[in-house]
Amino acid sequence: MSITSVPPRTSVPALGVSIRGVARSFTAADGSIRRVLRDIDLEIGAGEIVALIGPSGCGKSTLLRQVSGLDRPSIGTIAIDDTRVTGVDLRCAVAFQEPRLLPWRSIERNVALGLPPGTDRAAGAARVGELLELVGLSGSRSLRPRQVSGGMAQRASLARALSRGPGVLVLDEPFGALDALTRLRMQDLLLDVHAAEPATILLVTHDVDEALYLADRVVLLGQDPDGPDGSSILRILPVPGVRPRARGDATLAQLRGELLEGLGVDSRHQTAAPHRTSKATATSTARDSR
Amino acid sequence: MTVTSRPRGSEAGSLETGRLGASPGGPPSRRPAVRSRRLPVAKRPRADSNRSGHGDASTPPRRGRFLVGLFLPLVLLATWQLIAVSGLVPAYRLPTPASVWLAGLDLAGDGVLAGHIAISTQRVLIGFAVGSLFGLVVGAIVGLSRWASAFAGPTVGAFRAVPSLAWVPLLILYLGINEDSKVLLIAIGAFFPVYTTVAGALRHVDGHLVELGRAYGLSRTNLLLQVQLPAVLPTVVSGLRLALAQAWLFLVAAELIFSSMGLGFLLSDSQNNGRIDRLFLVIILLAVFGKVTDALIGVLEKYLLKRWS
Ligand SMILES: Nc1ncnc2c1ncn2[C@@H]1O[C@H](COP(=O)(O)OP(=O)(O)OP(=O)(O)O)[C@@H](O)[C@H]1O
Ligand SMILES: [Mg+2]
Repeated sequence: MSITSVPPRTSVPALGVSIRGVARSFTAADGSIRRVLRDIDLEIGAGEIVALIGPSGCGKSTLLRQVSGLDRPSIGTIAIDDTRVTGVDLRCAVAFQEPRLLPWRSIERNVALGLPPGTDRAAGAARVGELLELVGLSGSRSLRPRQVSGGMAQRASLARALSRGPGVLVLDEPFGALDALTRLRMQDLLLDVHAAEPATILLVTHDVDEALYLADRVVLLGQDPDGPDGSSILRILPVPGVRPRARGDATLAQLRGELLEGLGVDSRHQTAAPHRTSKATATSTARDSR
Repeated sequence: MTVTSRPRGSEAGSLETGRLGASPGGPPSRRPAVRSRRLPVAKRPRADSNRSGHGDASTPPRRGRFLVGLFLPLVLLATWQLIAVSGLVPAYRLPTPASVWLAGLDLAGDGVLAGHIAISTQRVLIGFAVGSLFGLVVGAIVGLSRWASAFAGPTVGAFRAVPSLAWVPLLILYLGINEDSKVLLIAIGAFFPVYTTVAGALRHVDGHLVELGRAYGLSRTNLLLQVQLPAVLPTVVSGLRLALAQAWLFLVAAELIFSSMGLGFLLSDSQNNGRIDRLFLVIILLAVFGKVTDALIGVLEKYLLKRWS
């Protein structure tokens, strides 16, 4: 899918993110402490796209919450553009794992919630309109969230995050509820938006091929079998080649294998041939463990 | 002499309704179920999308429903008439519908009835407005702030536990037998249902949505106006509905105990004069007015539910 125009952005340029020595523990009801994340170090350059991948429950969403300032690390610091994140950080825009649309607002008004504060009325309406067009929801703009499908709600949530025109875009499984075709479209849409108005993108996905198609680097998060409790970065894999990459590029086959292995997918389940089957396997395996 | 015995009867009634409005379990129904974070988004239930649909085969169409609702009153009226004319019950215990109607015409003739109705309606409306406004404000503060909840929650709860009619002697002592004391009693009655529902509902607004608001930088005020209040609006309206019922209840109590005008006074006056036809008249009027004002809020509730969810 090619798009003719990306709506003009109104705010900040892409900003680098540095995650230094971050750990996060939760105290359970019985008083015991459970460490979810430990020793996370990651420098993300301005405008870079980083995909976060890892088994369900390993702390991906938790890490995103640290970056957007919705939650604070137990140890370590997060900085955006060298300024420490201390609370909800408005240089970030978040698309949550659930769509989280306000049920009493139309889709259009939900997307408008993302506009940077103080946006001119007409300019805001225009930008919302264009974003709705981009995510294929212009026909549903006046519907309420309960009247749209899960995938449509998720696209609205993505449009809401994009409407902010953020320096850092934090996306938690943004395409999780989409069918294969819409998912591919939305991936291209995200890349188009990124090319037109670069933002640093940190996204979580369970789809290895999606990570390899979109990201500059893929970060594998998980519990080190020999290490102490808590997920850490098991591997960082730079993805070669410039975007847009050919889907199922042969040179990526080895990376795909490595990632699937890192996710604990048995090599018998991997097929050497085209990405379609292996993608289905990877996706369903990662989801089955939920 | 009977004046003292009658309020006791209505007090029992008030206790019952008071509990209803003040059910300790917090808001009815709106509380979001504990969310499973693991569920794939696509499985989100969309069940209630056609709850309001008209196509449901088991519900009669609107007009039909109105007529069906009219059926039982007509049957009651007919039964009443039959029993009254059969002589099974003496006339001083059960008037005929016609005599009640005539009593109504008689009272309406010189504008007396209109005066009673007007003053009662005025008391209910003012007391309801004052009480629910305070209920809204206090409920919002206690519902939004953990500190306020810890600080004031138990105290307000203790006041709620006082059967509201227990305030009557004190009100009369402090304010005297006048409009203020009556309106205040009604306001007390209306306060608690609104307070309870608002505080409970605000406490249980979907945490995901509140977090969304925070993530997009809404200020506290905007969070309240754009997320929390809209989320609790339907619950608030049902709280208002309960409060209105309470207001009518306390109106009659106040007027029975200390009043020289109004429908409640007409009740006690008719009892003292043995005017059973007027007693029936007032009860029917109370039913009609209570139902009409309730229906008005019901319309508002329906509209909001349709718009809001
Ligand atoms: N507020 C919290 N209190 C206690 N435990 C929490 C909290 N938030 C997350 N956790 C725990 O942290 C772990 C990681 O959760 P997280 O949502 O980050 O997983 P995830 O990697 O995003 O999983 P998924 O792929 O299924 O979305 C889970 O075991 C969860 O129980
Ligand atoms: Mg998650």
